[in-house]
Order: sequence, then C-alpha cells, then structure tokens
Amino acid sequence: MAVDRSDIAKLANLARIQISDEAADEAAKSISDVLALVDQLQAVNTDGVLPMAHPLDAVQRLRADVVTEPNQRDAFQAIAPATQDGLYLVPQVIE
Amino acid sequence: MHQFTIAELVKGLRNKDFSSTEVTQHYLDRIARLDSTYNSYITVTNDIALQQAAAADKRLAAGNAPALCGVPIAHKDIFCTTGVRTSCASKMLDKFIAPYNATIVENYLNSGVVMLGKTNMDEFAMGSSNETSWYGPVKNPWAIDCVPGGSSGGSAAAVAAHLAPAATASDTGGSIRQPAALCGLTGIKPTYGRVSRWGMIAFASSLDQAGILSRTAEDAAILLNDMASFDAKDSTCVERDVPDYTADLNKSLKGLRIGVPKEYFGEGLNPQTAKLVEDAIKVYEGLGATIHSVSLPHTHLAVPAYYVIAPAECSANLSRFDGVRYGHRCENPTDLNDLYMRSRSEGFGAEVKRRILVGAYALSAGYYDAYYSKAQKVRRLIKQDFVDAFDSVDVILGPTSPSPAFQFGSKSKDPVAMYLEDIYTIATNLAGLPGLSIPCGLVDNKPVGLQLIGNFFAESQLLNAAHQFQQATNFHQQSAPGIE
Repeated sequence: MAVDRSDIAKLANLARIQISDEAADEAAKSISDVLALVDQLQAVNTDGVLPMAHPLDAVQRLRADVVTEPNQRDAFQAIAPATQDGLYLVPQVIE
Repeated sequence: MHQFTIAELVKGLRNKDFSSTEVTQHYLDRIARLDSTYNSYITVTNDIALQQAAAADKRLAAGNAPALCGVPIAHKDIFCTTGVRTSCASKMLDKFIAPYNATIVENYLNSGVVMLGKTNMDEFAMGSSNETSWYGPVKNPWAIDCVPGGSSGGSAAAVAAHLAPAATASDTGGSIRQPAALCGLTGIKPTYGRVSRWGMIAFASSLDQAGILSRTAEDAAILLNDMASFDAKDSTCVERDVPDYTADLNKSLKGLRIGVPKEYFGEGLNPQTAKLVEDAIKVYEGLGATIHSVSLPHTHLAVPAYYVIAPAECSANLSRFDGVRYGHRCENPTDLNDLYMRSRSEGFGAEVKRRILVGAYALSAGYYDAYYSKAQKVRRLIKQDFVDAFDSVDVILGPTSPSPAFQFGSKSKDPVAMYLEDIYTIATNLAGLPGLSIPCGLVDNKPVGLQLIGNFFAESQLLNAAHQFQQATNFHQQSAPGIE
C-alpha cells in the first residue's frame, strides 16, 4: 500500500516527529517502497497459525511481590536535562 | 603483540610473557595512531583501560585470576557502561552517561577483562553499512572506499584493523554476522535468550541478541563463556546452564550432517561468493561431514516479515526518548508537545525516523492485523521451516551476505536495496536460532563470509564446526592489506 504526504504527516504526529514538506515527500516514497516489500506477506495463507512473539514461546517469569531495587532517584536524575527538588521539569501543562 | 588471538593473549598473560598493562598500552597506542583512518571507535577509554589493566595485573600476580583476566576488548557503543558515554551512535544520546553497566559489561568486568573503548555502529543499530552513525561512517580496513557492514561496523573494523583483539557486538537482523563477513572475521550471534539484553539499548526486543566479533572461532568460544549467563533482569533471558563452549572445539566432524538450503543460492547471490561457499562445502566433506540438500520454503518472506516486526518494536522502544528523563532535549520548548517533537526530531537521524514511522503505521488502528499480526504468523512459518530442517540435519550452511563489501553511498539512497543485504541472516533472528559467520575466501581482495546456523542452544556445535574449518583452512589468518 502506498502512503502520501498527508499519511506521513499523520504518522509523524503520532510518533511525535517533525517532518518538513520536502522531507515528507521523500519519506512517503521510501516508506511506500518498504510497504510494497512487506505487502508480499498478504499473499501467504496463515489460517490457523498462531502469531509468534518469542522464539522459544517463553512466558513471563513471576517473582514474589517484594521490593528488590533500592531507590536510585539521584543517580537517574543526575542525567536528566532538567530537574528541580527531585522532580523532572517539563513546560507548563496546566494553566 | 596485536597479532595475538585471545587464546594466545590468555596464555601469554598467564605465563608472564607480557603484562596486561603492556598489551593494553600497545592497543591504545595503535588506536591513537591509526583509528583516524577507520573511525571504528566513538570513545576510547584510555584511563579506565589502564586502571583496569593495572588491577588485572595484580590479580594475575596473585595467581587466582579468571581465564580472561587482563585481556583487552572493545564494547559496541550499544552496551551501557557506568561513567562512560553510551551513545548508540545517535545525537540523541551524545551526552548520555548510563548510571549502570550492561550485564555483559559487568560479566566481563568480573572476569578482569579490560575495556579499550566503545565502538562505532549504525544509529540505534539500524543499518547494514555503518553509514547511519551520527559520528560518521566506519571504513572497511580491506577496502577503504567500502562499508564495513553494519550495524556492528565499528566492532568489525576495529578487530580487522587490529585495534582490538575482539569486540562485543549485537545482532537484530545480521548486525554481527554481516560485518564479520565483510571484514573477514568470525562473528557469532547466540540463541535468543542465551545472553542477557539488560543494559543493551533496545532496538527490536524480540530479535536483539548480543554476541562476539573475533578473529577465530576459538576466541569466540572463550569470550562467549563469560558473556552468556542467566539474568533475572532480562525477562526473556533463558534459565539454562552455560556450558564450556571450548570443550567441543576439537571434536571430529565425522558424521556431522550439514544441510544446504537451496533457497540461499538463488537470484541475487554473487556467483563468485557462491563459488567460495561451494568450495567450503568441499572442505567440510573432506572433514567427514555429510552434505544434504534442505528446503526453507518461506525464506523469501523473512525480509518482509522483519521489516514489519523490527520497525514496530523499534517505534515502541524509541518512544522512551522524550527529552524529559535523559537524552537530547531541544532548547526553550514552548509546550510539552513542542518538547517531544523537537527533541525527537533533532535527536534522531533519517533511518531511525523512517523505521519509527513504518512501525507506527504497522501498529496503527486498522492496520495492526494486516501487518503486525500477519508478520508474527509468518514468523512462526519461518521458524517451522528450520524446525523441520533440523529433523534431518545438525547444521545449516550457506552464504552470510549476497556479495562482498560495497562502496559508500551505493545503497544508502534506497532502503529496500540496503534491507536485502541481510536476506540470509534475518531468518535466523526471526526464528531465534544461533548463527555464525566465518571467512571462506576473497573476491576482488574483499572477504566473503560462510554462515552456519545451528539448532536452539547448539552454540558449541557451531563453534566446533567453525573451529574445525579454521584448522583446515587459513582464510581467518589473512589480514587486510597494509595491516601488519
């Protein structure tokens, strides 16, 4: 399936990526090429085949519901672009 | 000293022929002198390397050091390292210093392995040529106008140029095996879940697997012994004992059943590459293996299925880069949306953006069943091909890449042409199987890789088959021209 400039604009917004008009045309072409490649999948009969998420069909390991990790807020916030009083700063959200 | 394999370094350090400090300094000097040509390192960790070497020398002198103690290696810049930048070759993480070590980095630290630095790669491991790195492309030591392969191109070029005796790497669709092939090295991608993914920056979580680039299969076996472990911090890591991967290296190949899939010798394969692979089959016959034709009928669907699944997982994984907690943040955001939009748009390169958009498309409402769910079903058919083939053979053999290293720029404008570079390696990731590449000759003075694919957790058997091939041939001992 081919995508056009307006599809790209919609996807880019969903993915929170800015794309200029010229870049959108180029992206529409290259992404249409990729979609043409993956459209080969549509011709395959997969009736009764279960989707495969893990090669060994592993299931989530469970553990006791106890605290295992120490608080490392300082270490994590040391690499944040902007923090104050132990909180991450973002532009004002609520008027 | 830079001619030594890991096995020889282990022996020499133990015999006190040289110290870890001497070996490490020798490599650091070579990197300083030569790497401006190759651009294989993003960060060279001189001070840390010398501190670790000094500590290793003390452990060696005390006489109770682990096998790999004092051996220097390089880490792909996808593995988190405390106190040292981990960039994933992206502007997004140009200033990112991880607060913890990846499990494999920690495993090697415990073994006394010395870190020389962090190697260049395609941005977020998305590429097959190392041309998408924010820090510039890596040059192939065999042909300076050609790509080293990707995404682990820096690890491969560093080992091929003797700027590290071996390096860690990662493989989502061929990112260890294809650079191994293009740079004349041994590269192993273990079974999915064999090596912890903790601290390895995620691209496509159901496909990503760490492994090794080295000069010999014996070196890969020695290094895999310490890299592999069960790790509760990686929920997909497999709880299974790690064998000694060197134990079976010298086993005879008499009676080994090698399957050759006819689908790996079709259109698109360079005839000279095919000829070298056929010559390698004769070597294996000479070693006592039997050759069987097998069929992997869904092979042509591997690249299409991968380019739904990998971008879908990539778009989900990379949503964490929001300019808030770590990574690049734009200047003076006007509101929250502007912060997300500009931080991500400034931080990511073109190929990463393309894959995020393809992934967002495949996961979006109305398309999920047609793309993502369909690709996951085809993935099971691809895995079943291998399961059926392994009923009658032990190892599957074919080319690693369709042709030798290509020139810069020759495929970077056409994503689909670049994606087809991994046509023989991708199915292994989709199935979760272990695979390796070893050198099997030269075409136009550029290396060609032979791929061996094993059953689940059959790394020992693969390494045995690779080692025996290297005992019978000397392709792995050839160095790039000008590399002494």
